[in-house]
Amino acid sequence: MRSWIPLLLVFAFLVPATLPASQPALPNADDPVLEARLNTLAADLRCVVCQNETLAESRASLALDLREEIREMMRAGLSDTAVVESLVDRYGDFVLYRPPLKPLTYALWGGPAAFLFIGFALAAAALYRRRAIPGTEDISPDTLAQASRLLQHPDSIPSGSVTEPTSPSPPQDTR
Amino acid sequence: MRRWIPLLLVIALGAFLYLGLFLNPKEVPSPLVGKPAPEFTLPVVGRPGETFSPAELHGQVWLLNIWAPWCAICLKEHRVFRELIGPEVPVYGLTWKDLDREAAPLLARDGNPYVKAVDDVEGRVAIRYGVTVTPETFVIDRAGVIRMKHVGPITPQVWEQKFRPLLRELRA
Repeated sequence: MRSWIPLLLVFAFLVPATLPASQPALPNADDPVLEARLNTLAADLRCVVCQNETLAESRASLALDLREEIREMMRAGLSDTAVVESLVDRYGDFVLYRPPLKPLTYALWGGPAAFLFIGFALAAAALYRRRAIPGTEDISPDTLAQASRLLQHPDSIPSGSVTEPTSPSPPQDTR
Repeated sequence: MRRWIPLLLVIALGAFLYLGLFLNPKEVPSPLVGKPAPEFTLPVVGRPGETFSPAELHGQVWLLNIWAPWCAICLKEHRVFRELIGPEVPVYGLTWKDLDREAAPLLARDGNPYVKAVDDVEGRVAIRYGVTVTPETFVIDRAGVIRMKHVGPITPQVWEQKFRPLLRELRA
């Protein structure tokens, strides 16, 4: 039967979807080593126009330009740190997804730890305050002694004095 | 007193978030301020064979405006340059990525607000200036040092509040 022909057609239409869209091929195939270096480096750099993308994944034209610029610097023999430095010189620490530790970024790096510490401190304080079980302060020692006796010897509960736990009594109408 | 602490915390948080509403994420502090303006030599738009480089303007205070023919706000800003800013300080233009070659006819038709506009078709010089959006304007002093970077169009108010005081100081 020829039932597979329509299916094949459908797949044929899907082929273009697997091809890289829109951008013309960049001059990158000539040096796969350099391209790999570029990609690892660009994954940690922010695309400055589309601020929540990395330079590696962005399709913005400025990102393409910047990648080309980085390629050129690498071809000129600059080390990764030198490349990053030259970008920081122009765009500031903002291009780095891992900003360096310095006075301006103390709050950024220390913030999460500080908040975690504050959270633990608050929790500890709350637990410390609750050490004493609320509501037990004004129970007379006699009653407590009786309770512990009953807990140790459940058999000694006089019949009729303590009833089986039942469903709570219906709420009283307080209106 | 204790019971008010959560309320005060919420108010403080609210104040932070409220202030955050007015921050412009595009306005990234430029590390170039206080550094020498990157040197370049580029062809001048509409004047074949002529080039321009910032070194020619040593000893002058001038503005470098990054614009593009496809940037509508930039074209609006041109009017401010022509009418208000041009008479006070020389404005040079860096035409960014004019891939469709529209800049020269556009400036010829609407009037050129720049002393000279250079053609950075590949955007390489713009990268050296850390350009992210158009328009952007750099104030460059007599020693060729960038003294300010303004992101977004210059309106008469911005000019009055942000640029004029600085220019007065730079020329003193």
